[in-house]
Amino acid sequence: MIAYILRRVLATVPVMAIVAVLVFSMLRFTPGDPAAIIAGSSATTQDVIDIRQKLGLDEPVATQFFIWLRHLAVGDLGESFFFKKPVAELIGDRLEPTLALATSTMILAILIAVPLGVLAAWKRGTWIDRLVMGFSVLGFSVPVFVIGYSLIYVFAIRLNWLPVQGYQPIAQGLGGFLQRLVLPSLSLAVIYVALIARITRTSMLEVLHQDYIRTAKAKGLGNRAVLMHHALRNAAVPIVTVIGIGIALLIGGVVVTESVFSIPGLGRLTVDAVLARDYPTVQAVILLFSLVYVVMNLLVDVAYTVLDPRIRY
Amino acid sequence: MSVGLPVDDVPDPLGGALLARSAVQRRRFWNPAIVGGAAVLVFMLAISLAAPWLGTMDPKAINPAVRNKLPGFSESVRAADGRTSEAVHRMGTDSLGRDIYSRVLYGARASLLVGSSVAIISIGVGLVLGLLAGYLRWLDAVVMRFMDGLMAIPAILLAIALVSLSSAGLGAVIVAIVIPEIPRVVRLVRSIVLSVREEPFVEAAIAAGTRTLPLIARHIMPSTLAPLIVQATYVAASAMLIEAILSFLGVGIPPETPTWGNIMAEGRALFRVFPHNILFPGTFLALTVLAVNMLGDGLRDALDPRFVERTA
Repeated sequence: MIAYILRRVLATVPVMAIVAVLVFSMLRFTPGDPAAIIAGSSATTQDVIDIRQKLGLDEPVATQFFIWLRHLAVGDLGESFFFKKPVAELIGDRLEPTLALATSTMILAILIAVPLGVLAAWKRGTWIDRLVMGFSVLGFSVPVFVIGYSLIYVFAIRLNWLPVQGYQPIAQGLGGFLQRLVLPSLSLAVIYVALIARITRTSMLEVLHQDYIRTAKAKGLGNRAVLMHHALRNAAVPIVTVIGIGIALLIGGVVVTESVFSIPGLGRLTVDAVLARDYPTVQAVILLFSLVYVVMNLLVDVAYTVLDPRIRY
Repeated sequence: MSVGLPVDDVPDPLGGALLARSAVQRRRFWNPAIVGGAAVLVFMLAISLAAPWLGTMDPKAINPAVRNKLPGFSESVRAADGRTSEAVHRMGTDSLGRDIYSRVLYGARASLLVGSSVAIISIGVGLVLGLLAGYLRWLDAVVMRFMDGLMAIPAILLAIALVSLSSAGLGAVIVAIVIPEIPRVVRLVRSIVLSVREEPFVEAAIAAGTRTLPLIARHIMPSTLAPLIVQATYVAASAMLIEAILSFLGVGIPPETPTWGNIMAEGRALFRVFPHNILFPGTFLALTVLAVNMLGDGLRDALDPRFVERTA
């Protein structure tokens, strides 16, 4: 087990290395001189040259790459061209809203989706099943910003129940924090509810055929006990996988949701940095998000061995 | 964002054989998901192509006199010969006075074009890479590590970065959406190739002295066909959503071009007062993506009967 986890951790190194090369080269081989952009429209040629020198942009690309890697190794993510701040600090400032949004979305999605999926599998072929599956396909199809704006329109503008946009740090009070988090989490959760409910149903259907389910029913256990203890536990592996993979989707969704709800998180930071061609920030943020994805995949693989003792490596 | 099918849904690798026509097989294609999805898509294609004859105006024409009008607003237009006629803005106008109805209809063109071209290109490139990686062992490790790296970068971030760092335009948007989609296609094709290459008919072909390229093209590729058709629909659905997101964030197709994402991006500022600028294009987009997803689910069930038995 320990050996397996170690091997699995080591396997992430080449993936991250490729991500680093991709991210670096993608930004360097595209048109547009960052030095000219930073200098602004009123700068002289000398200003541009100075800035280029200061940022090391006049070095050969390979040298720039290794300088960047060396700095990364000691946790130095560079200085933002645009925000004029260390990137690490910038990310630190924006972390809380994104973490809050991602966590509440995931909790909300799991709480809604797993019972829906179990219900759909249990009531297979009935209108309940069809309703859940219909909702699932719909959830995949409506863009998150359309859901977001629709929710804002109904709950914030028409009914006036919740604030329209914005974010309030948790330190300033739990009530306001949660109040502003409800609509963004709900909008972002829709696609995960669709995804998780679908997988839960499929996975439950496979398990419900098994002999031990019949045995459990035969010995007189109630539906609840059979579904929750005997079926869901054994159907858990695919569900956990899809929740893990969902994190990757979540990151993309966060970018859009933060824009719709004016939340000053990492997603908003990414869009601003990309629009400003702020290379160090874009590189760092993409690298960070990719790392989260790779680590989530790692955790999912490890979770297998815990959830399904039959899996041995 | 791959909104496509979850990874465990890799369809039957021998699904290709099922493309052979039989009465049973044909009947399978008449399921409500396929028929409904196709009907909506045909409708969208029809309105996008016939947009000039459906009472639309120039979708790019700016008219300061009729800014921010609610749906149903009518204005009198004086023609060159001095006669006036009524022009109705069925879905209202945006903050530049452009007619939303016209922009929504013309906008269908961009969505359908992006969806179909991304699907075709990424399936094409992914098929070639996947076949080669699956069959040529020495290439496998290199290609797959590269794909793993590409997959680790969230698709939307990759697309945003790619598109905003190149020149804005339809071509750039398509390329930026294709690149994140490719690894998923490669993985699918490779997994099919790996299982098919152990089949007796492939071994027989090798024993008979078939050279590598004809072997791949004639004996292995057909098995990837059915799963790829299904995958193509999911790629198209995801591409249309990403295109709208890019436009919405202001990094996509230039804003004067009518696309559903652009109309919504334009409507953001005044959403509280004029929600129709987002609701109309949003509904059209959601309907189209829904139709493509339904078509995909229907095709998957039709092409892979095992899947239906397992889950229905």
